[in-house]
Amino acid sequence: MNILRKKSTANLPFSETAIELFIRLCGISSILFVFGIFFFVFREGAGFLFNGLDVKEFLTSVEWQPTSLNNKRYGAFALIVGTFSVTILAMCLAVPFGLGAAVFVSEFCSPKFRETFKIIIELLAAIPSVVWGFIGLTLMNQLIIVVFKAPIGLTMLNGGIMLALMSVPIIVSIAEDALKAVPDSYREAAEALGATRWQVVYRVLLPAAKNGLLAAVLLGAARSIGETMAVLMATGHSVNIPSGPLSWIRTLTATIAAELGEVARGDEHYQVLFIIGILLFTITFVVNLIADLVIKGIRQE
Amino acid sequence: MNTNSDRRSHTAPIIEINDLTVRYGDKPALNGISFDVYKNEILGIIGPAQSGKTTLLKVINRTLEFTAGTTVEGSVKLDGVDVNTVGDVYGLRRKIGMVLPLPVGLPLSIYDNVAFAPRTAGVRAKSELDEIVERCLQQAALWDEVKDRLNTLGTKLSGGQQQRLTIARALSHQPEILCLDEFSIAVDPITTMRIEDVLKELRAEMTILLVTNLVQQAKRLANRTAFMLNGDLVEIDTTDVIFSDSPGSQATYDYVNGTFG
Repeated sequence: MNILRKKSTANLPFSETAIELFIRLCGISSILFVFGIFFFVFREGAGFLFNGLDVKEFLTSVEWQPTSLNNKRYGAFALIVGTFSVTILAMCLAVPFGLGAAVFVSEFCSPKFRETFKIIIELLAAIPSVVWGFIGLTLMNQLIIVVFKAPIGLTMLNGGIMLALMSVPIIVSIAEDALKAVPDSYREAAEALGATRWQVVYRVLLPAAKNGLLAAVLLGAARSIGETMAVLMATGHSVNIPSGPLSWIRTLTATIAAELGEVARGDEHYQVLFIIGILLFTITFVVNLIADLVIKGIRQE
Repeated sequence: MNTNSDRRSHTAPIIEINDLTVRYGDKPALNGISFDVYKNEILGIIGPAQSGKTTLLKVINRTLEFTAGTTVEGSVKLDGVDVNTVGDVYGLRRKIGMVLPLPVGLPLSIYDNVAFAPRTAGVRAKSELDEIVERCLQQAALWDEVKDRLNTLGTKLSGGQQQRLTIARALSHQPEILCLDEFSIAVDPITTMRIEDVLKELRAEMTILLVTNLVQQAKRLANRTAFMLNGDLVEIDTTDVIFSDSPGSQATYDYVNGTFG
């Protein structure tokens, strides 16, 4: 496929050609930016990645001691577990709520309430993550201490709830779009067959919209994996393999945010943080790849 | 209006429509129409666009209420029960099979399309569902074409096959009344003829309301025919009378003979 291929432009006015060229550049630039980001992150970390870093230790050890004077250790396993565990917890909370809210907004609520609800959801999506972190640090912290009698409320549960609250608006808007895209004729046909509204939802709408719903869930998960500030503030930021929702954890993203400002440019610790960036890149890439394959699989069915 | 010269009035009506008025907002769609439908007849309903034919069908199975801002006055009784006050609207809809102008294959397999209504009504046994699916597809003259691929998507069938699939689906809950709303719009003439043959056989088992733009289709199939115009019922009578040289209204004669509309 040649994206630069020119069509016959002999008869087109200049403005038409110019606009087409501009749109082409916009499209190509988005690809260039992705490759560019990957290239620079990779370049910063590559030296130590191929020469010096014990990759096996990096992926399996829980000892993260990058600033130790005589025993530096770069074991990111606890960070990887932290990222995945808090994301999975967040999705366990956000997916039922998000999909449920989307079904409610699209199928059951009155048009007037729907408009209000969508404005509130958009507002929720616009809250900066540091504000979520602040809520986690203060309000949710106290709540967890009181409700669960925990010694400290800055835990995986706290971060998971914050991430869930941040992912729900994304899941709701995309899932609602997917449900709205199901033709009304399906609803009418199903109801004319005597199906109740709930039967219409789970027998017709959910199967018909499954691609869009899956995309909603995966984008919500991607938001959780990439989120930094809220988890940095709410999860305790402590290197630890969690034993349950009330353990404190530390994530890959929070580690980069907290430590990158403190390191000397170009030294081992600096490069390891970029290697964590490469790891995050890879995780996101794999998630997207799985999503693509799953959606393609569904289409071929 | 001529509603009394009907030769089958000795049988009890299955649908009684009394002074039915429907408005979309301020816009009137039906202006106080009244007539009865008798058991095991095919009633053809003809008339130009915007005459209220589809609205009439939607009132009967209460799918009109999905359209916001409609008001319904008067009564429609099915088996003597007013549809607007019936307790179980889902049960009501299952008494009526509805076939829409453009076939709507639900995004399910052929089997699941036909098994949809029985399942929502609570049928679970595989053997019973198998039997219903085969019977309905047979009745809709589709079984031989699809029996080897019941698990493929219903939406992959051709337009004519999909329309027969929706007929099979409409039959799956053993309705008392089958409503067809211009079913032949998206179907080629040969398939139309096949479906018409199917309808002739189904008449023995159920009552059929056939809304159609093809006046000749009403002439071929209907026992009685109603002519509607701008929300009014101009005339309802036996098909022979409607298509004779002297129906009750000049407008009917003009429409049937293609002078207008």
